Amino acid sequence: MLLIVCPYCGERPEIEFSYGGEAHLVRPKDPASLGDAEWADYLYARSNPKGVHAERWRHTHGCARFFNALRDTLSDRFLATYRIGEQRPDLA
Amino acid sequence: MPPDRAALARLPAASRFILRGKPAAVTAAGNVFGIGLPEQACRAAVAADRAALWLGPDEWLLLAPESEGAELGATLARAMAGAAHSLVDVSHRQIAIEVSGPNAEAMLNAGCPLDLDPGAFPVGMCTRTVLAKAEIVLWRTMPLCFRVEVSRSFAAYVWRLLEGASREFGPQPKRCGE
Amino acid sequence: MSANFRTAEDGRIDRSRPLGFRFDERSYQGFPGDTLASALLANGVHLVGRSFKYHRPRGILSAGADEPNALVAVRRDEARYTPNLRATQVELYQGLSAESQNRSPSLAFDIGAVNDRLSRFFPAGFYYKTFMWPRKAWERWYEPWIRAMAGLGRAPTLPDPDRYANRFAHCDVLVVGAGPAGLAAALSAAEAGARVILCDEQAEFGGSLLAESDATIEGKPAATWLAETVALLALKPRVTLLPRTTAFGYFAYNMVGLAERLTEHLAEPDPALPRERLWQVRAREVVLAAGAIERPLVFPGNDRPGVMLADATRTYLNRYGVKCGSRAVVVTAHDAAYRAALELHRAGVAIAAIADLRTAANGPLPEAARAAGLPVRPATTITGTGGRLRVTAASLAPLAAESDRRGAEPLTCDLVLMSGGFTPSVHLFSQSRGKLRFDGELAAYVPGHSVQQERSAGACRGVFGLAAALADGAAAGEAAARAAGFSAARARSFACHASGFGTGGIRSVLPNAHGAKAFVDFQNDVTADDLVLATREGFHSIEHVKRYTTTGMATDQGKTSNMNALGIVSEALGKPIPEIGLTTFRMPYTPVSFGILAGPSRDELFDPVRTTPIHDWATAHGAVFEDVGQWKRARYFPAPGEDMERAVARECRAVRQSTGIFDASTLGKIEVVGPDAVEFMNRIYVNAWSRLGAGRCRYGLVLREDGFIADDGVVGRLAENRFHVTTTTGGATRVLAQMEDYLQTEWPELEVWLTSVTEQWAVIAVQGPRSRAVLEGLVEGIDIASRAMPHMSVAEGRIRGVPTRLFRVSYTGELGFEVNVPADYGRAVWEEIFEAGQPHGITPYGTETMHVLRAEKGYIVVGQETDGTATPDDVGLTWAVGKTKPDFVGKRSLARPAMRAPGRKQLVGLLTEDPHFLLEEGAQILAAPNQKAPTKPLGHVTSSYRSATLGRTIALAMIAGGRDRMGEMLYVTTAERPVPAKVTSPVFYDPEGARLDAA
Repeated sequence: MLLIVCPYCGERPEIEFSYGGEAHLVRPKDPASLGDAEWADYLYARSNPKGVHAERWRHTHGCARFFNALRDTLSDRFLATYRIGEQRPDLA
Repeated sequence: MPPDRAALARLPAASRFILRGKPAAVTAAGNVFGIGLPEQACRAAVAADRAALWLGPDEWLLLAPESEGAELGATLARAMAGAAHSLVDVSHRQIAIEVSGPNAEAMLNAGCPLDLDPGAFPVGMCTRTVLAKAEIVLWRTMPLCFRVEVSRSFAAYVWRLLEGASREFGPQPKRCGE
Repeated sequence: MSANFRTAEDGRIDRSRPLGFRFDERSYQGFPGDTLASALLANGVHLVGRSFKYHRPRGILSAGADEPNALVAVRRDEARYTPNLRATQVELYQGLSAESQNRSPSLAFDIGAVNDRLSRFFPAGFYYKTFMWPRKAWERWYEPWIRAMAGLGRAPTLPDPDRYANRFAHCDVLVVGAGPAGLAAALSAAEAGARVILCDEQAEFGGSLLAESDATIEGKPAATWLAETVALLALKPRVTLLPRTTAFGYFAYNMVGLAERLTEHLAEPDPALPRERLWQVRAREVVLAAGAIERPLVFPGNDRPGVMLADATRTYLNRYGVKCGSRAVVVTAHDAAYRAALELHRAGVAIAAIADLRTAANGPLPEAARAAGLPVRPATTITGTGGRLRVTAASLAPLAAESDRRGAEPLTCDLVLMSGGFTPSVHLFSQSRGKLRFDGELAAYVPGHSVQQERSAGACRGVFGLAAALADGAAAGEAAARAAGFSAARARSFACHASGFGTGGIRSVLPNAHGAKAFVDFQNDVTADDLVLATREGFHSIEHVKRYTTTGMATDQGKTSNMNALGIVSEALGKPIPEIGLTTFRMPYTPVSFGILAGPSRDELFDPVRTTPIHDWATAHGAVFEDVGQWKRARYFPAPGEDMERAVARECRAVRQSTGIFDASTLGKIEVVGPDAVEFMNRIYVNAWSRLGAGRCRYGLVLREDGFIADDGVVGRLAENRFHVTTTTGGATRVLAQMEDYLQTEWPELEVWLTSVTEQWAVIAVQGPRSRAVLEGLVEGIDIASRAMPHMSVAEGRIRGVPTRLFRVSYTGELGFEVNVPADYGRAVWEEIFEAGQPHGITPYGTETMHVLRAEKGYIVVGQETDGTATPDDVGLTWAVGKTKPDFVGKRSLARPAMRAPGRKQLVGLLTEDPHFLLEEGAQILAAPNQKAPTKPLGHVTSSYRSATLGRTIALAMIAGGRDRMGEMLYVTTAERPVPAKVTSPVFYDPEGARLDAA
């Protein structure tokens, strides 16, 4: 069971959380202005990297907040977690 | 109940509100509620027979005696008028169970994955978490006493689970609702 | 017949209390402190099982978790029948009853032993090569035959009556293994103030200390030091001691799974105690002190009962007071076997010879053996053993003469001690994803790079010998405590006097053992020749060799065999061991029960059973319930003698003709509150909300961003800034999560908040032409006349003094209300309404009737008519979509070409030609009755009921281009033949909606 640092509540066990897919995909302000391909890209295309992945989690059974996390998909280690609206941390 | 036994008890009905809102509303609510709403994550503030539990960065659970509910709701709403907020009466949404005694941590840890050592979960700490397959709000009210708030339809499950976990510690406490 | 092999006084058993036990219907005696294995050996019993494939007689090999042979079933009663337990780990209790496995009719005479003589027909990969063809024979013949012959015990036939517990725990330092290294580590960490959990799979802490005869620690005999140390640890409040607890799995983020056995060792288990407990321990730091496992030697006949690991015989002698035989031949490649020989010799066991595979046998232990007059033969090998059910002789030959077996000298004996050296137990380290390193000097894999917060100590990282293990453990405990934040941690140092451990070892087959049955993996009956054959047949990767020969794949996961297998493959391929690679260690370290994994989650705690405030009333009134997710919902209320069909027909008639009462409390409810509530609703729902006045309701439809229907429900606007949203029973959590997602991550600027009130309100639906009449006398402060409270409106007031949110809504097509009251009052208000309804013939109805009534009206159920690929238009709900709204969740997707393409499945009604034929939900729909498979169906039936109101069956279906097929005759599959049905409008009853106001 993973241990995830909620930016509000601190270290909590994985079963309190739900996964929310890739982070930093902003919903277009005016979806009607997008072409079909662009919209399909927003809906379905994901980066699925091997390595550091910015992703959304929600502390569902805790403070109920969504937040973002950087996780290494190879080692399954969390490198950082940060609140919605905050910049993706520079790990370098 | 002998003091060295794990104890499980259903607590009396209570008035409950979920308050969410902007800081101005939160401050105003605290003023009339009589307790400043805690800003520190996962902490409860208590005064007399009322309590305010931090559940999220803009979410509090307010507890008061059952008889005060209707008037309290109106008072809070008046105090916050003009400031953006949401006040919702959830008195009947959940029920409260008290888990106490020297084995309280062990009983809860039968289903709750948090570290309940007083160093990690001190008196006054509260949080939503899970108890096996149910969501609960867990609040340590005293060194050997926890209050569990659980949605009413999960209460029987939570009670049975805790009761099963308590069995090895001593005689069985009375059943929920009896 | 049972000879007595018990020593006069040694050991940790309690000789004052003899225990009776049974093995294979024969009675024996042992003592508290015995294992089943030690008690059997004390009675001279070595033969305890038959091997997996060849049914060869097998005896007890080891004294611990590594045992591959002595698998037994322990039976308290039929419900408490546990197969495949290692006799070396089964604690003896009064009345224990155990039996051997994989033999028929008896251990001594086993029919399956014919396999042994046919063994040349059972080479590596035998199953793959043989049971290939014909395909059907696999199920009918091969599999049953293999299962009968290759037994691993049987399952109990009755449900497990015992309780299993779960415990989440946290600590600063978890120490796995309470041998000398683990105890020293726990002491260091505990004395620094750390919260420590110390677990050990055995009944007693001590590990190798339990078998020490003459060692002293801090000037005290090892046993005394052990007792004092355990007592000291037990007194520390922040130390948890867990004997009989196996660390079986090492998971992410330093979570370690422990299996604690609480009652297995008790003659009369305390019913208050769980049988086993799963500990899920999250440790800041872990110290692995798992010890090492002695390797067997691979030589012909090395599996004969009476051939044992040398150090195990020492454990049996010193810990249990058992001599494993009278006359022993010792074969070794490691000095440690000399220690065993010396101690057995002192106990009165004759040592016929010590054959040392090394050309020179020097060092303190061999010298001590010589000094004691034991016949040490360097450069000597063993070429075979004699005997059938027990070893009677061992043949030794000088290594130089290895090519000539006739030069072998048979020595009479009833015990063969073997030692190929020791393999560090790196299982948990490997499970933690740490990288193993091959240590050339030790010729062993040892822990290398750690990826979690752990360290190994003592023999499991190749640090052998008592003094070294204590020092290594103390240092590991100190380092772990420091890493956990206890900077004052100090490693204890221990003055220790013990005989040396010595050196040596071999990892392969002994010289000239090929061509005979020299076993590598005892449990899966894999010989050295099988491995060599596999390499010849092209399996060069150790992972392939493993799967092809099944070496290391038995329940012991190759604890005693893996290193020998690697060595043999390495020699066969001419590559050094590190280049062969290593198979993966997987959890569990030793088998764990299904019970402990299920824990308390069984029977009524398998899953939460959610009930409504009206549940008990429904039970008292004979309701039959159905599961809807975790909820129990009343499905119908049969009168005496009624089946479901009749009950539902009666309930339907009551609602259509007078009034019915229905528990809708499980509906999801969300309160949406704040200045931006209406803006939020406009963005989330397809509907337009701005012009919905306070006090009015609207049917709301939620899409996912991909345009498909997610959920639906009636929404009431209570005030300018407050909406009371309802969702489907199953969709409550999902809809709230989707709303929170958009609110928190896309539109954080909106001043609106969401609160789940599903369980705050009990919901009592009162439906039917008499519903207003029923409620009129009960409602206070609300005018429920049609003018004041039209269809789709909501008002707040009281009902018999109880605050209520009264909705005028209808999911039946009749005049109807939904009374929302705080849940604690739900039952009382329900009873008041039921009472007031008596003059009107009010009838309680369940979900089945609700479904029939809504289907007659063509109202969809999300998840029944829709399946995650239906758009609003597909199900005829285009009217709900706000045409002028610039955006809402899912809107852009509705404009994608595929969403507007002709030929999409559309909701229609279906009427079978035979008005009494009931279609099956899910049945496929065809254009013609005789279409040959494969064919593409036009669609499927989504709902199908008998309608009492219409006097016939009705169905809803999703059919390609369905709305253009009105009146067409299509064919619906059944088990027998396609039946004809006509496509109709999905609204079967009151299409004008006149009944909504019919009173």
